[in-house]
Amino acid sequence: MNMFDGFRFRRVSSPIHDMDPRVKFLYVLVIFAAAVLFDQLLPLLVLFVAQMPLILVAGVKRECMRSMRGSSLFAVIIFATNMLSLYLYSGGGYGSIPSIIERSLAMTFRFMVLVESFSIFFLTTSPDHLGLALEQSGVPFDLCFAFTTAIRFVPVMAEEAQTIIDAQKARGLELERGNFIRRVKNYVPVLIPLLVNSIRRSLELAEAMESRAWGASPKRTNLYVLKMKRSDYYMIITSLIILVLAAYIRLYISIPSIYELLSA
Amino acid sequence: MIEVEDLYFTYPSGVEALRGITLTIRDGEFVAIMGQNGAGKTTLVKHFNGLLKPTKGSVKIDGVDTTKASVAELARKVGFVFQNPDHQLFCETVEDEISFALKNFGFDEDAIKDRVDWALNLLDLTRYRNISPFMLSGGERKRVALASVLAWDPKILILDEPTIGQDYEQKERLRNFIVQLNAQGKTVIIVTHDIEFVAECKPRVILMAEGRVIADGDPHEILTNPNLVSKASLILPETTRILLGLRGMEQSGRLARVIDVYEAGRILTAMLRDQG
Ligand SMILES: Nc1ncnc2c1ncn2[C@@H]1O[C@H](COP(=O)(O)OP(=O)(O)OP(=O)(O)O)[C@@H](O)[C@H]1O
Ligand SMILES: [Mg+2]
Repeated sequence: MNMFDGFRFRRVSSPIHDMDPRVKFLYVLVIFAAAVLFDQLLPLLVLFVAQMPLILVAGVKRECMRSMRGSSLFAVIIFATNMLSLYLYSGGGYGSIPSIIERSLAMTFRFMVLVESFSIFFLTTSPDHLGLALEQSGVPFDLCFAFTTAIRFVPVMAEEAQTIIDAQKARGLELERGNFIRRVKNYVPVLIPLLVNSIRRSLELAEAMESRAWGASPKRTNLYVLKMKRSDYYMIITSLIILVLAAYIRLYISIPSIYELLSA
Repeated sequence: MIEVEDLYFTYPSGVEALRGITLTIRDGEFVAIMGQNGAGKTTLVKHFNGLLKPTKGSVKIDGVDTTKASVAELARKVGFVFQNPDHQLFCETVEDEISFALKNFGFDEDAIKDRVDWALNLLDLTRYRNISPFMLSGGERKRVALASVLAWDPKILILDEPTIGQDYEQKERLRNFIVQLNAQGKTVIIVTHDIEFVAECKPRVILMAEGRVIADGDPHEILTNPNLVSKASLILPETTRILLGLRGMEQSGRLARVIDVYEAGRILTAMLRDQG
């Protein structure tokens, strides 16, 4: 549940919250591209640290920390598998232990950079804005609606799952008991009520929508219309600069490893 | 026995739901926990079977600190029926549903069969034995959930909002049932907003507001105190309201503490008779 916590939107106002979702999405894509371009620790660390001001400006430090903590298990797994595979692959000859550690750390930070930028995006973008952005990009309204509804119900489902787990624990269910297969089976009493309730809820939602004349007029208008502001254009330019810079550095500049820098 | 000692609880989200609760519930007591939405009632009772552990302070069940025992161990003693039965029903038949907990607690085959029979009979569900719980009505599903907890005969029974969505007849039956269980020596704790229901059962009342206990004791004292009751976002029982509204009755001490219709009727009839 913890990983979802980080993606729970809170309605507040900040320069980042007020930005056009399409622009923010472009930014996420750029960061994504930059993170994939590099596989050395130094630039990934820079990317990681460079995003921190955004988190502070948006005032979502606590939520961000929580989603990082939630994904820390994955981070550890990524680090461990990288260490192991690099070590085995090279037969010990790939390089020194410090350089293997540095590479594994780089892969871990690549993941953390992605978590960070996605968190910034989801924590500062309301599902409504996101739907609006999709709609104004020409996606059919039905699809937009399905998408925003799905997102909006994630926290509801997370909460419901917790209640169901509590209810079954109160009947003596022990989720952490037994071997792997047994543990997966332990989740059946949690998954079935969750599924049944979601289906029931979606049917109710459909009925409620029909009774409020869903789809009655083929041409919809919106109360709010997204409009790019000056700050949005600045952000686009910044994103593009990051992209170009990243590509340039990747192609023409050789990046020193941190281990080399330290030992030099 | 449940001993709660200076209990504080803060949710991971930062909401401080309980702020210094101290109380003791002895064996065989019948208790109603009441209070406004968000007062912390559910949070409090979730500490009784270890689903939540104190942030500060302690909760002891029969002398055992809840932080030292697993939920499964505590649940054997403390049965908890959740408000919404749809949060726990998942089996193909009502029978399986009731035996689920018994299997978890390691009862043997014969004992399971006996107890399922007993629980089905107790809640008048025998005819639904082989039916899917999802086919039943809301009230019936609630009874299945209750049966599935009663089946292992926990010493302490907690019911979160048991009267919600029940018609008058079901409420009456539930009331009789609870009173009967309590008479047999079970500790019963109900969490509810239904002041009329409480006025009829007359359990010990614990009123909560903003994570604290604001009153604890005799229902005649608490449910007729307009200040306390409104602090808990409740309104006085109807009978009490009528009696308070009767001009010239305020000074009549006998009527000032009446909360249920039968008692009021008895006293009023006697008074009318006295007056000729
Ligand atoms: N899982 C949770 N995570 C965070 N906060 C919670 C959680 N559950 C409850 N709270 C908060 O804790 C406070 C107490 O909630 P609780 O559910 O105990 O109230 P309650 O008295 O049972 O209310 P109700 O009458 O609505 O059932 C509320 O402010 C609520 O928002
Ligand atoms: Mg509650």
